[in-house]
Amino acid sequence: MSKQEVQTNNSKMVMKLVAIVFGMFGFGFALVPLYDVLCDALGINGKPSNVAAIYESVEIDKSRLITVDFITRINTGMPWQFSTQTRQVKVHPGEMSQVDFLVKNPAKVSIVGQAIPSVSPGPAAIYMNKTECFCFEQQTLQAGEEMLMPMRFYVDPQLPKDITYFTVQYTLYNVTPSVEVVAMNRG
Amino acid sequence: MNKTLSKAGAVMAALMASPVVAASTDKIEQYTLNMTKGVTDISAEVYDMHMLMFIICVVIGAGVFTVMFISMYFHRKSRGAKPANFHESVKVEIAWTVIPFVILIAMAVPATKLLINMEDASEPDVTVLVTGSQWKWHYKYMDNDIEFFSKLATQPDQIAGRIPKGVNYLLEVDRPLVIPTGKRVRFLVTSDDVIHSWWVPDFAVKQDANPGFINDAWAMANEPGVYRGQCAELCGKEHGFMPIVVIAKEPAEYDMWVAEQEANQQQAKAEEQRLLSMNMSMEEAMSLGEKVYLANCAACHMPNGEGLPGVFPALKGSQIAVADQPKHIDIMINGVTGSAMQSYAKQLTMSEIAAVVTYERNAWGNDTGDLVQAKDINAAMNGQ
Amino acid sequence: MTTATEENHHDDHHDHHIPSGIKRWLYTTNHKDIGTLYLWFAFIMFLTGGAMAMVIRAELFQPGLQIVDPHFFNQMTTVHGLIMVFGAVMPAFTGLANWLIPMMIGAPDMALPRMNNWSFWILPFAFAILLSSLLMEGGGPAFGWTFYAPLSTTYSSDGTALFVFAVHIMGASSIMGAINVIVTIFNMRAPGMTWMKMPLFVWTWLITAFLLIAVMPVLAGAVTMVLTDKFFGTSFFDAAGGGDPVMFQHIFWFFGHPEVYIMILPAFGIISQIIPTFARKQLFGYASMVYATASIALLSFIVWAHHMFTTGMPVAAELFFMFATMLISVPTGVKVFNWVATMWRGSMTFEVPMLFALAFIVLFTIGGLSGLMLAIVPVDFQYHDTYFVVAHFHYVLVTGAIFSIMAAVYYWLPKWTGKMFDITLAKWHFWCSLVSVNVLFFPMHFVGLAGMPRRIPDYALQFADFNKWISIGGFAFGLSQFIFLALLIKACKKQGDPVSAQVWEGAEGLEWEIPSPAPYHTFETPPVVK
Repeated sequence: MSKQEVQTNNSKMVMKLVAIVFGMFGFGFALVPLYDVLCDALGINGKPSNVAAIYESVEIDKSRLITVDFITRINTGMPWQFSTQTRQVKVHPGEMSQVDFLVKNPAKVSIVGQAIPSVSPGPAAIYMNKTECFCFEQQTLQAGEEMLMPMRFYVDPQLPKDITYFTVQYTLYNVTPSVEVVAMNRG
Repeated sequence: MNKTLSKAGAVMAALMASPVVAASTDKIEQYTLNMTKGVTDISAEVYDMHMLMFIICVVIGAGVFTVMFISMYFHRKSRGAKPANFHESVKVEIAWTVIPFVILIAMAVPATKLLINMEDASEPDVTVLVTGSQWKWHYKYMDNDIEFFSKLATQPDQIAGRIPKGVNYLLEVDRPLVIPTGKRVRFLVTSDDVIHSWWVPDFAVKQDANPGFINDAWAMANEPGVYRGQCAELCGKEHGFMPIVVIAKEPAEYDMWVAEQEANQQQAKAEEQRLLSMNMSMEEAMSLGEKVYLANCAACHMPNGEGLPGVFPALKGSQIAVADQPKHIDIMINGVTGSAMQSYAKQLTMSEIAAVVTYERNAWGNDTGDLVQAKDINAAMNGQ
Repeated sequence: MTTATEENHHDDHHDHHIPSGIKRWLYTTNHKDIGTLYLWFAFIMFLTGGAMAMVIRAELFQPGLQIVDPHFFNQMTTVHGLIMVFGAVMPAFTGLANWLIPMMIGAPDMALPRMNNWSFWILPFAFAILLSSLLMEGGGPAFGWTFYAPLSTTYSSDGTALFVFAVHIMGASSIMGAINVIVTIFNMRAPGMTWMKMPLFVWTWLITAFLLIAVMPVLAGAVTMVLTDKFFGTSFFDAAGGGDPVMFQHIFWFFGHPEVYIMILPAFGIISQIIPTFARKQLFGYASMVYATASIALLSFIVWAHHMFTTGMPVAAELFFMFATMLISVPTGVKVFNWVATMWRGSMTFEVPMLFALAFIVLFTIGGLSGLMLAIVPVDFQYHDTYFVVAHFHYVLVTGAIFSIMAAVYYWLPKWTGKMFDITLAKWHFWCSLVSVNVLFFPMHFVGLAGMPRRIPDYALQFADFNKWISIGGFAFGLSQFIFLALLIKACKKQGDPVSAQVWEGAEGLEWEIPSPAPYHTFETPPVVK
C-alpha cells in the first residue's frame, strides 16, 4: 500500500468514526424521549401518563377492590394551599370515580401552578387511567382565588393481581414565569 | 510538582500536630466489622444473603489465590522450574466458563426470591410520608394528624471539637420518628429539593427521595428499640449531618404516643392562635429570633449573616432584609423555588417566623428598626 | 517536571530531525514524545488528585470538623474523582497506547499524528479550567464526580459552567485519542500482523477505543443537558417542568458503566503482556482472552442501572440488571483463571513489573468479588452509597488500573530510556505501596458494612478507629508515590545500567526487537511478521 492509499484509508475511517461520535451524541439526547416512552409503557419511576385517557366501557372487575391513596404536597416557593377532599378511595378496577382537590392562592399576586403526579408502587402508574385531571395543564389562580379541581379516573382491570394498594401524589410547583424568582435566587 | 509536594507536606504536618481523638469507647456503640442483622425479618434475610455471598466469594478467592501461590512457590525459576508448553485447553476453558455460571445461578435464585419478598405491595398498617429537604427530614403520619420535622440534635460545639462528643454523635435528632412494633409500616419517600436517601440499616431500608416523585419501602420491626441511620445520597453541604432516628414502640405505647402527639399538635395550634393577638417587644423578638436563627438559618447564611458567597446569599445588608419586608416574609413562609431556601411555614410557629424576620432585619447592622408580629405572618400566610 | 524531561530527552536522541527545547514538545507529532507527555501529565494529575485525597483523609482522620468546611470537603471528593478518572487513569492509558501500539504492531507512528498532538495539548487546558473553578466564588463542583441532578443543576454554584466546559474538552481529547487508536490498529499493522496475532494490549485498547467513542459523546450530552438546565431554563431533570432527575442517572450511567471498563480493559491487556514474560510461558487461552474482553465490553452497555437500585426501579428491571451484572463476572473470571494458568508450570521470576502484576491479580480479584456482592439487589440496598462501595471501586481502580499502569511503566521503562531503573527504589515503591494501599482500602469494607455512608466530612464515633487507620494508610500510600517520582526522575536522567533490546529474558513481541532505548523513529520500513 502506498502512503497515499494509507492516508485515504485513514481519512475514510476517521469520517466513519466521527459519524459514530455524532450519532452517539445525538443518542444521548434521544434517550430523553426514549425514557419517556419507556416510562409510559412500563411505568418506570411511577410516572402516570399526562394525556387524558378515554373511558371505554370496560367490564368492572367486582372481584377486586383496590385502595387508592391521595397525597398533596406543596413544593418550595409555592404559597398555595392544596388539599384533597378525599384522602382514600376504594374502587373496583374499571369503575369510574372522582376525587376533588381544593386549591387556594393566599398571595397578593396571581400565580401559575403545575401539579406533578407520581404513583407508588411505580408499576401501578400505567394502570391509573385519568380521563380528566388538573395536572394535565398549568393552572392560574388570581390573588385570593379558591378553586375546586376535579380529577376523574379508573383503574385498568389489567392491573397486576399482586397490587391491591397504591398511592398517588400530586406536588404543586410554582411555575409563574420566573424573572422574579431568578432575581430572588441571587439574593 | 514542588507545589503539590509542599501542599501535601503541609497537610501532613497539620495532621501530625493534631491530637488523636481520645474518646473513650465504653458507652459508644462498639465498632462492628459486619453488616447488622437488623430487627426485621427482611433485614435478617438480607444479612444471611450477604453472608452467603461473602462466603462464596471468599471460597472462590481462596481457591484462585491458593493455586496462584502454589504456582509462585513451586514453579519458580530459582527452583529450577522449566516452563511447560501448553497454552490452551478447550476442556479446561469451557469448564471455568460453565462452573462460575452455575455458581451464579445458585446465587441468583435466593437473591431473586428475597427481592420479591421485599417488594410486597399489600396494605400497610401505618403509612408515613418521609420528605427529605436540605438538610432535615419531615415525617407525616397519613392516618393521624401528626407531622413534624426531624433535625440533627448534636450541638455545633461538639462538631467543632470545643466540647467532648456525645455517645450518639451525629446520630441523634430532636424529634425521632416513632413506629409500632409488629405492624407493617409503609414509608413513602420523597424530596423537596435535591435527591436524598432515607436509610435505616436495621430495617434494611434504603430508598432514594427524588424531588417530585414518591418511592415506597416498608418495614416491620420485631423489637422495640432505637434505630439510627443517615442520609445516604450526597445532597449538598450538610449531607453528613442529616441523621435518621426511628423509635419502635409496642403497639399500646405507640397508640399512647399518637394520642399525646395529636393532643400536643392541637394545643400548639391553639397556642399559636392565642399568640396571634399578642405583641412581642423588640427585646423578646430579638432574643427569640436569634435562637431560631442559629438553629435554622445559620448553617447556610452563617451566624454572621454573611452567607457563603456564590452558594448561599448574605442577609447582612441584603436588599430583601433591609428593604422589601413583604418579600422577606414571603420567602420565610414559602421558600424560594430551586434553592436550599425552604418553606418555614410548617417548621416554625408564626411567632418564631415573626421573631426571626425581626432579628434578620435588625442584626449585623441591618438596623431597620422593623418589628414584625405573628399576626403579620398570619396575614401573609392566609391572605387577609 | 516537563522541563526535567525535556533536558533529558533532547540531548539523547542523535536524530537531526528532532527540534529542541519547548517547541519540540509543543509541536511534536511523534508518538513516543506524545506518549511521554501523556504519561507525565497523568502522573502530575495523579499527585494533584492524590493531594486532594490527602485533604479528605486528613479531615476524616478523627471525628469532628477540623481542617476544611463541608462545602470544601465536597469539592475535594468531587474534583479528586474527576481528576483521577479523567486526568490520571485515562491519560496514562492513552500515553501507554501512544508509546506502545505503533511499536507492537510494527507501525512507524500513529495514523493521525497531528490530531494526536491536539488531543494531548487540549488536556492541560481542561484541567486548568477545572482546577480554577475551585477558586471561584461559590467554589468548584461540589456534587460528586457523578454530578447527579438537581444538585448539579438548580442547586449548584455558578462554577458548574466551568466544570461542564472542562468535561467537554476532556471528552473531546479522549474521543480523538480513541479515533487515533482505532485507525492506527485497523490501517497501520505490519504485513503479517493478523488480528489474532496482535498482542493483547493492542486488542484490549482497540475494544476500549470503541467503548470510548460510543460513550464519551453520551457524557457530553449529559453535561450539556446539565448546562442548559442550569443556565438556559430547560427542564430535562426538573420535575416541575416535566423532567425527571432519575433520568439523569440513567443517562449518566449509560456512559458511566462502560467508562469503568474503559479504565480496566487496558489494564487486562498490560497484565496479559507481563505475566507470560516472567512466567516464561505463552499466555494461556489467547483467543478466549480476546473473546472475554469483547464480551465484557458488550455486556457493559446493559448493566448501567446496577448503580441505581435504590432509585425505586420496578422489580423486573432490578432483576434484569442484577442478572446482567452477575454475568459479567464470567468473562472476568475467565481472564483471572487464564492468568493463573499461564503461571502454572511456568518458570517464574519476580522482577518489579511482575510484582505489580501479581498484586494486581490478587487485589483486583478482591475488588471484583466485592463487585459481585454489590450486584445482588437485596443486599445492595445495604451496601449502596456506603464505604463498602468506596472500598470496592478503589480496589478495582487503584490496585487494579493504577497498579497495572505502574507495572506497565516498570515493564517498558527500560525500553524507553535504554537503562534499567533503580531496582532498589522500585522494590521500596512496590512494598510500601502494597502494604499502605491495603491499610488504606481494606478497612473501608468494614466501616461500610457497619453503616458509614460515603461522601461525608464527619462521622459517628464507632467509625473512628478504622478511619484513623484508613487515613494513616492513605498518607503512607501518598508518600510512597514520591519514591516512584524519585525513580522516574532518575530514569529520565538516564542513570542506570544499559539494557539489551529484549530487556527481560522472557519478553516477546515487536517492541522487544528494536534497540533500547527505542530510536526516535521506528519501523519506517514495516517489519514482516511471520
